[in-house]
Amino acid sequence: MATPVSLHAHAAPQGFIRKYIFSLDHKVIGIQYYFLALTAVFVGMFLSLLMRIHMIWPTAVLPLVGEIKPETYLSLLTMHGTIMVFFVLTTAPQGGFGNYVLPIQIGAPDMAFPVLNMLSFWTTFVGFVVIIAAFFVTGGAPLHGWTGYPPLSAVQAAGPGEGLGADLWITSIAIFCIASLMGALNFITTTLDLRAKGMTLMRMPLTVWSWFITAILGLLAFGVLLSAGILLLLDRNLGTSFYVPLVVVNGQIMGHKGGSPLLWQHLFWFFGHPEVYIAILPGMGVASQILSTFSRKPIFGYKAMVYAMLAIGFFGFMVWGHHMFMSGMSPYSAFAFSILTMCIGVPSAIKTFNWLGTMWKGHIRFQTPMLYAIGFVSLFVSGGLSGPFLAQPVLDIQLHDTYFVVGHFHLIMGVAAIFGIFAATHYWFPKMFGRMMNETMGRIHFFITLAGTYAIFMPMHYLGMAGQTRRYSQFTEVAYQTKLIPLQTFMTYAAIITIAAQFLFLINLFWSMFKGPKASDNPWEATTLEWTTTTPPPHDNFGGRTPVVNHGPYEYGVPGAPRDYVLQTDPATIASH
Amino acid sequence: MGLALMCLIWLITLASTYFFVAKTWWLPVGASAAAAWIDGQFTLTFILMGIVFLAAQLGLGYIVWRYAQKPNSPPVPYTHGNTRLEIIWTVLTAVLFIGLNLMGAPVWASQRWDAAPADAVQVEVTGMQFAWYFRYPGADGTYAKTKPSLMDPSAGGEAAVGLDTNDPSAKDDVVTGTMYLPVNREIDISLRSVDVIHSFFVPSLRFKQDAVPGLNIHMHFKPIQIGEYEIACAELCGLGHYKMHGMVHVVSQEDFDKWLAAREAEKQ
Repeated sequence: MATPVSLHAHAAPQGFIRKYIFSLDHKVIGIQYYFLALTAVFVGMFLSLLMRIHMIWPTAVLPLVGEIKPETYLSLLTMHGTIMVFFVLTTAPQGGFGNYVLPIQIGAPDMAFPVLNMLSFWTTFVGFVVIIAAFFVTGGAPLHGWTGYPPLSAVQAAGPGEGLGADLWITSIAIFCIASLMGALNFITTTLDLRAKGMTLMRMPLTVWSWFITAILGLLAFGVLLSAGILLLLDRNLGTSFYVPLVVVNGQIMGHKGGSPLLWQHLFWFFGHPEVYIAILPGMGVASQILSTFSRKPIFGYKAMVYAMLAIGFFGFMVWGHHMFMSGMSPYSAFAFSILTMCIGVPSAIKTFNWLGTMWKGHIRFQTPMLYAIGFVSLFVSGGLSGPFLAQPVLDIQLHDTYFVVGHFHLIMGVAAIFGIFAATHYWFPKMFGRMMNETMGRIHFFITLAGTYAIFMPMHYLGMAGQTRRYSQFTEVAYQTKLIPLQTFMTYAAIITIAAQFLFLINLFWSMFKGPKASDNPWEATTLEWTTTTPPPHDNFGGRTPVVNHGPYEYGVPGAPRDYVLQTDPATIASH
Repeated sequence: MGLALMCLIWLITLASTYFFVAKTWWLPVGASAAAAWIDGQFTLTFILMGIVFLAAQLGLGYIVWRYAQKPNSPPVPYTHGNTRLEIIWTVLTAVLFIGLNLMGAPVWASQRWDAAPADAVQVEVTGMQFAWYFRYPGADGTYAKTKPSLMDPSAGGEAAVGLDTNDPSAKDDVVTGTMYLPVNREIDISLRSVDVIHSFFVPSLRFKQDAVPGLNIHMHFKPIQIGEYEIACAELCGLGHYKMHGMVHVVSQEDFDKWLAAREAEKQ
């Protein structure tokens, strides 16, 4: 915090390549991350479309793709999960918006380590290229699911796609881990060291808190996944047996001995559970920021919100075993993991209460960022409340590895997190690109997407209760599942409509970038530091000024103040509170 | 806009709730002793979470409609929160979630902590890409050795699980592709996999357990209703995962004895 700003300022770059490709500017890097995630989300969404089509019309011959075989379906499923979790849900909220907004919101001219920042983006980019390459090698993409449980993921003979495709899959994840570790270090250092004068920890916007806590989770989690991935590569290619005991695949004894398949599950979920909070915490921050701004009311329970996020981060590392209730892990530890999992529901509930409290008696303005933030709250509640079912090992006997789980995590860490990204896009777009997005297109997109995603994912809970197992490419082999096909058909139609509506968002994004009406410096009448600088901000964010912070982040409707909002940089004397 | 949003949120909420309450799709018939307990805990959780779901979603819809900004809206209350409220809802949520969990714990303990009784019927379940095999130890009550080097999945039956026929106790071991169980007896299954992880899931018996290569997992359950129940593999195991299907026939003790005797006779 004491570091002089001038030490971190670097001259504005000249020339296209230094300015837009290998840029050191956190704003350019943030936009690069965003467009990488945007590319990835359309790839991932296309894969899910193919999956939904295959489940209902298995013999359909599709243009470009041809006929989808059961093993192809599993490859689609694996790549959909991996691309969405890593290159969308981890990349856009943190790498994209965190990078762009965090330094400005704390009054810093850039991230603490600009070169590291550039490296972490380009490393992520390489990771994306590597995973896409898995589609094009002999045998195709792996079929072991995004969780990659060995021995299926460790033994090449276990299935098509388990050759070079699986190696590329692990390599890509390992590269992604390295990039995320670099990013996490940068975020933590920046938040701790580069805050402007007066920006105490308890004056930081909740978005900054969410990115900061996410970075800490990333620092602790990605290292474990990286190590686990390296061990898996060794098992696959150098004949070690970390994860593989003596197994007989198709009558052939594989050369492994004594490894433990459960070891991978522990390591993977030690990363995997914090990862779901890495995906959703920034969404929580964005929702808090937007609900307060567009309700024209201070956030309800700021401190409770901060402590709740810290509690979520803390407990997030102690609940990984709830993914393993049916794995053969000790049933005694299942009991402990389940109690701890219930504990994590408490701070999540606190956040929901506080969001409702923020809107209560507010002056709600229904501009598009607010619509998505309200959608986020609804989805967070719906996705969250299936948690206490799955957290009970005794109910997991029936629900584990069924569509109930698929519905649960898609609502909460998939769609809710994506709504956080939509909200953030509409909210910060004016600052990033200097123009406003189209409200009408935004509203239509919001309503179709909210109704559509519920239509896709709510029925999954019914399917799961009825015993529909996940990762099945066909439902014709098990009699009781055949009866559930009409519901699957409904979901496929809902998916086709919802996916089509996403092009509206894409059109709005690109059209507004060039043709949208010019944005003012503070179009939403918000209070945080990014709205005190020009639109878009200059290279050093504040044009040589050093902001001084006098107020908390959500001072709306302050009695006696000249406007209904008090900027964080307004003079301390502007209102007494 | 507030009204439209309220209508949509309420519509989604009520429609979702309808299909749960109407039980249009619901848990399958429960044919094991634990089913009543598990379903009871499920129903309890469902009612409590359902109330919270309705309250939160309907409340959210109401708030966005009621507090939409209008020209004549009264000034917003300038408040940063309410510590007493925070404490109340934190404690209530904690009691609800943790209490709910503790209520389900005895069922879990009875299913997974306690060992099967000594007189339980022994069955070994072996998963392999993409079939289930069931082995009964026969009159001697002992499973003969199996050897990885003898496993031949294409031959099926005894050869698939690699039964070592030189072992004297192999004489009365019966290996089948369909599971037969006597009703109202505790079943002690010994669960194995030879290649990748599978999961032995019988929805109607409320039973699921992963089969993990390298581990021999003992679990028990008690079918209480005669009938035929489907097994569906619940852990992704490769390209044939979706067709790794099997049947459990729960029959009377008499029919079970007859069936087993006939298999023994076939073997001689």
